[in-house]
Amino acid sequence: MTTTDPSATAPPQIRAKRRVGDAVFANTARGSGILILAILAGVAAFLLIQSFDSLSANTANFFTTTDWHANVRENPAFGVAALAFGTVLAAAIALVIATPISIGIALFIVYYAPRRIAAVLGYIVDLLAAIPSVVYGLWGIGFLVFEMQGFYELLTDYLGWIPLFAGPVSTTGRTMLSAGIVLAVMILPIITAMSRDVFKQVPQGHQEAALAMGATRWEMIRMAVLPFGRPGVIGGAMLGLGRALGETMAVAMILSPSLVISPFLLQSGNQTIAAHIALQYPEATGYGVSALIAAGLVLFAITLVVNMGARFVVARRKEFS
Amino acid sequence: MAKRIDVSGLHVYYGDFLAVEDVSMTIEPRSVTAFIGSSGCGKSTFLRTLNRMHEVTPGARVDGKVMLDDMDIYGPDVDPVEVRREVGMVFQKANPFPTMSIYDNVIAGAKLNNKRMSKAKADDLVERSLRGANLWEEVKDRLNKPGAGLSGGQQQRLCIARATAVEPSVLLMDEPCSALDPISTLAIEDLIHKLKEEYTIVIVTHNMQQAARVSDRTAFFNLAGTGKPGRLIEMGETNKIFTKPDEQETENYITGRFG
Amino acid sequence: MTTTTRPKSTGSAGEGPQTQRSMRTGSLPRYAPAAVLAGAAVVSSAALQALGSFHLVTAGLATAVLYTVVIVGASAAVENPRKAKDRFVTAVVYLCFAAAMLPLLSLLTTVFLEGITRLDGYFLTVSMNGVTPSMDAGGVYHAIVGTIAITGMAAVISIPIGLFTAVYLVEYGRGRLAKAITFFVDVMTGIPSIVAGLFVVALWMMLFGPGNTNGAAGAVSLAVLMIPVVVRSSEEMLRLVPQELREASYALGVPKWLTIVKVVLPTAVAGLTTGIMLALARVIGETAPLVLTAGSSAVAINWNLFNGQMMSLPVFIYSQVRMGGAVNMERAWAAALTLIVIVMLLFLTARLVSRLFAPKLGR
Repeated sequence: MTTTDPSATAPPQIRAKRRVGDAVFANTARGSGILILAILAGVAAFLLIQSFDSLSANTANFFTTTDWHANVRENPAFGVAALAFGTVLAAAIALVIATPISIGIALFIVYYAPRRIAAVLGYIVDLLAAIPSVVYGLWGIGFLVFEMQGFYELLTDYLGWIPLFAGPVSTTGRTMLSAGIVLAVMILPIITAMSRDVFKQVPQGHQEAALAMGATRWEMIRMAVLPFGRPGVIGGAMLGLGRALGETMAVAMILSPSLVISPFLLQSGNQTIAAHIALQYPEATGYGVSALIAAGLVLFAITLVVNMGARFVVARRKEFS
Repeated sequence: MAKRIDVSGLHVYYGDFLAVEDVSMTIEPRSVTAFIGSSGCGKSTFLRTLNRMHEVTPGARVDGKVMLDDMDIYGPDVDPVEVRREVGMVFQKANPFPTMSIYDNVIAGAKLNNKRMSKAKADDLVERSLRGANLWEEVKDRLNKPGAGLSGGQQQRLCIARATAVEPSVLLMDEPCSALDPISTLAIEDLIHKLKEEYTIVIVTHNMQQAARVSDRTAFFNLAGTGKPGRLIEMGETNKIFTKPDEQETENYITGRFG
Repeated sequence: MTTTTRPKSTGSAGEGPQTQRSMRTGSLPRYAPAAVLAGAAVVSSAALQALGSFHLVTAGLATAVLYTVVIVGASAAVENPRKAKDRFVTAVVYLCFAAAMLPLLSLLTTVFLEGITRLDGYFLTVSMNGVTPSMDAGGVYHAIVGTIAITGMAAVISIPIGLFTAVYLVEYGRGRLAKAITFFVDVMTGIPSIVAGLFVVALWMMLFGPGNTNGAAGAVSLAVLMIPVVVRSSEEMLRLVPQELREASYALGVPKWLTIVKVVLPTAVAGLTTGIMLALARVIGETAPLVLTAGSSAVAINWNLFNGQMMSLPVFIYSQVRMGGAVNMERAWAAALTLIVIVMLLFLTARLVSRLFAPKLGR
């Protein structure tokens, strides 16, 4: 063939298999991935190393003590019992409130809302997730606690015989229940997003089969949607739990803390690990910082277990579908 | 500068699964060779081994020899990237790059390889390739519009122009018309007739009339059975394959008395 | 037998006494839910007003309960139990949605109304240098500076690492390493932000000794939070790029890395940008790690990430709330409004980018 382009007629030069560009690029990509593993290992390692000081000097049992005498140069005595209890309590309140509401929102967006506005509603729920936690905290302390006061009083008046709601109601509203409610609002979008995704994946055939049998919308949802979506909802709830456990600011700003183990949601008291760290850190001296890092390690471990559990539940669902 | 392809004793595996068994054939330069056969018989898989595109699929590997004139494309130092510059490919679904204009799509092969090219030379290459693909008249006024805005048939011709702009010696076509309407199909078939003046063309098709219309030689692939590897049953002049094939299997397929 | 009698006969044959299988049952008029809701709202507010315990929350709850009871009761009376149950669930589902919208609306309006009183040119352009906590002066300029510097550095660290990791997972990753990275990125997504702060505290103590707070430490802690978000969203976007485009590029004899750089990444660029902006919107409001790493008492403008404490908008809000005075709360609201505006802008721009610049992949 006679073309004008001489380079086209030259036989292709066969070169070595590995290209420099490919090698550099592939290794950079792999290196980034490995760096992430290193960072995570670093998080665990540094927390362990830095908490070792205070833990070995601790004169009290770290897991059963409620007190926090760590800002000393010798013989610190501190433990996470009250903090761990408060952390779990706050997250549990948030989860109890947020899970049913989130399922409702997800059902609303997927099955009840008019098609045209459903997408917009999805955005709005995502918007809830975008609001910084410090703003939630500000809203909680500057607005919500006052609005909730009347409701709290009703609650003790009528349900005060349940220890959780025993009075007298804290006059400031800076209680565990207020913190839990704000946490609930914060994890709503997480659980909603996961639930919405699985509800959307329910096979059209299942739904139509239920409707064709003469089911009402609710019967269709109960027959076809909820069983299919359950693992996704559980996974979403656990992710939300993980977030609530680790949330710092909303609790630090709202709760009036004390290191006790108290079941009274409407009175001040209790404290969470994350909020404790944020509040104590600026004043920490002596063994203080190291002790707070130890508390952080406990929080890290709790959230790790919860998150891994969530991933496991969600992954198992994937195998099914 | 079309080249001859010589395949001998080629096996294709996906992991441990043998997908295509022991194919040997010679593909003549400046001619059109059609691969026919039922779905899943390995003809597309085999086609992809002719420019090492199968390596994109994880776990796929071959055993055997493919000679492009006197170069073994599976030789120890051979770069698959260079092989693909020599053996171009057009796919079933037209796939112009959505981020690029028509113009950029045509010179993508040169540009993506970071080759410096003067504006005049690039213009010339674009016009030559588009004319070669019978597309120039239709798009010359909108070269800077996105390639995805063309019709299906135009997109496929754009992809052919893009493939020829790299100046390969062989053009592989994997069911290039199966997603097109009859008129666009005709346009592509006309184009194939024209392109065989310069290139070695191999086309996989499900459409036997198409194979009969465009090809000089035809190869028939078939499965030995479910779960068994695909094999080359027979290859020969298209006329002969469609009128009096040597193998009963081929005749059954051609006459529709198949499976 | 004539056609007119046929339905009757089949009915009696199949069902016995309930011969008329009518398609029509009693049903509530279409406007019933709206009317009942309005009525419930009026009645419950009036009742609570009379009892003297009117509050937004209690009134809302009472309305909800009253509405549900009335609509379900009416449906059970006029329609049938199955429909009543359906009405009940419908009411609950709508209420759930309202329950989510209320806090959002309340939060946005409160922040706007409270924040707008102090948010002005002065507030945005002066720092707190030389301002005592209760003085009626000062602004957030130093915090904006800090937020820009810290978040900017966090982005510079996390975007390349996150993008390259996503590229690795999508284009190269196979086998154990890829699985491990995917798993640990998931784990990292769940790290509480305060733990990320503690990590940097521990790291900085090892590297530079105790008490070393600066903007760079804050940026590193935010990067720990941002990297997994960038990885996850980028990975998702890269997986959306059709395999055919990669193959088309390979078939032109383009090496893999150039295919990624020039075909895959440009095709996904809108989605990648959106993901990165959403990640930024997430970390820009992070407070806890910055309290630990960048300090919470800086009052002056500091552009130097490597020297001295650095204020940021979220930490500013937090520390003003901790001071607790009326002026402090005003500053906190105004700063919160500033922060929300920034976050919303990021959020909306991100959505716009993904909508406007996404390449058309289909025909």
